[in-house]
Amino acid sequence: MSIQVNNLSKKYGQQLALDSISFSIPSGEVVGFLGPNGAGKSTTMKILTGYIPASSGDASVCGLDLAEQSLEVRKLVGYLPEHNPLYLDMYISEYLLFAAGIAGVKNTKKALEMAIELTQLGPERNKKIGQLSKGYRQRVGLAQALIHDPKVLILDEPTSGLDPNQVVEIRNVIKNLGSEKTVLLSTHIMQEVEAMCNRVILINKGKIIADNTLEGLKETAPSDSLETIFRNLTGHVGSI
Amino acid sequence: MWEVFKKEIRSFLGSFIAYIVMGVFLAITGLFMWIIKGNNVLDLGVASLQVMFNIAPYILIFLVSAITMRSLSEERRLGTIEILTTRPVSDFSILMGKYLAAVALIVFTLLPTLFYYYTIQQLADPLQGTDSGATWGSYFGLILLAASYASIGLFASSLTDNQIVSLIISMVLCFFWYGVLSLLGDIKALDAIGKSLEWFSLDFHYQSISRGVLDTRDVIYFFGFIATFLGATKMAFESRKW
Repeated sequence: MSIQVNNLSKKYGQQLALDSISFSIPSGEVVGFLGPNGAGKSTTMKILTGYIPASSGDASVCGLDLAEQSLEVRKLVGYLPEHNPLYLDMYISEYLLFAAGIAGVKNTKKALEMAIELTQLGPERNKKIGQLSKGYRQRVGLAQALIHDPKVLILDEPTSGLDPNQVVEIRNVIKNLGSEKTVLLSTHIMQEVEAMCNRVILINKGKIIADNTLEGLKETAPSDSLETIFRNLTGHVGSI
Repeated sequence: MWEVFKKEIRSFLGSFIAYIVMGVFLAITGLFMWIIKGNNVLDLGVASLQVMFNIAPYILIFLVSAITMRSLSEERRLGTIEILTTRPVSDFSILMGKYLAAVALIVFTLLPTLFYYYTIQQLADPLQGTDSGATWGSYFGLILLAASYASIGLFASSLTDNQIVSLIISMVLCFFWYGVLSLLGDIKALDAIGKSLEWFSLDFHYQSISRGVLDTRDVIYFFGFIATFLGATKMAFESRKW
């Protein structure tokens, strides 16, 4: 199993953000993490990347325990946080070399070329990040996440705020990556799931309410669209 | 750690903070030492850098705070802290990288003032020369003092994502530990309590090292001071995990 999560809970003060969730993702799968805003998607991802600890339960990545071998786990995981944070005053290659360096990559130059190639940043590579369009910034964020050739990619809303052309481009990049890596990505957009994922985990109010393949989810209500299934499962009965 | 260190140094040089800090420091110390009438070196006729070592602590309160104000608060504001802390580097090495970069920049800022020392040596009575022990002691003390300011500054920037707030907190804390505590020793009414509080001030130990006598107690004080504030920084930095 690439990602294994057992009874994971997270409390922010009094508020229960994650309520004992469990799932496992075998390697090579692209999994869509779906749910309304505030459902706990980002929280789960922050725990899996080691940014915050869980309140209870345990999780492992590639067989390594998250709490005990945090630094080892981080070497295997590439992470694109929500809102894609970037240093706007750095140049693309300068930033990616830094990202490679802190990810522990030995041959940073080679990793830089690989990441630029994968995300097709070539034409813009000598620009400052602050000068880039949103689509290209997203690619820089993605390049940063995969610069150390991680086994697992965790992407928090990788296509939010992009125009339709850019969405398709980023999707293609992720789809290509999915052939050799395990990808967990969160999104609100159903078409996105259909375009990229083998499997869907639906989460609402900190609980998993569906964990199924795309086909399996459609079979539960064959006449409904995925949007309607989503609305029904998250408690908003009625089609749009 | 060195990756973070290198990135910080690059960002100092790229954002002009480095040049402004160095320029301002040299301009103010130069003015006081050579130009402003009253107690500049030429008027006093004493071949020593004492004028510089007296005002440098006050200039550095501002400059060191300006260097460190963005180091953690900017990462928090941008959200890049989430990338930094999910890479295979410990929180401690992130902080040390940032801290050592700030200290390196300060040492670099002090280097050109060695030219003042050379000038003074040339001006001094050839038979008596300059008090090299006091000068090197003062340099050592000034670096330790600035390194202490840097630990305060880093702590301040770990508390907020607003650079201005960070700058103000840092300056207030630096001034408290340098100036306010040492003034307490002069207040007659406080008597022994004032004296013992004075012992905790940065100024007390800075003055002591400046005399050119290297007392291990002073050095231990400075290292303890820095370790304390870096420890507090680490706690604040990891508050997301609470």
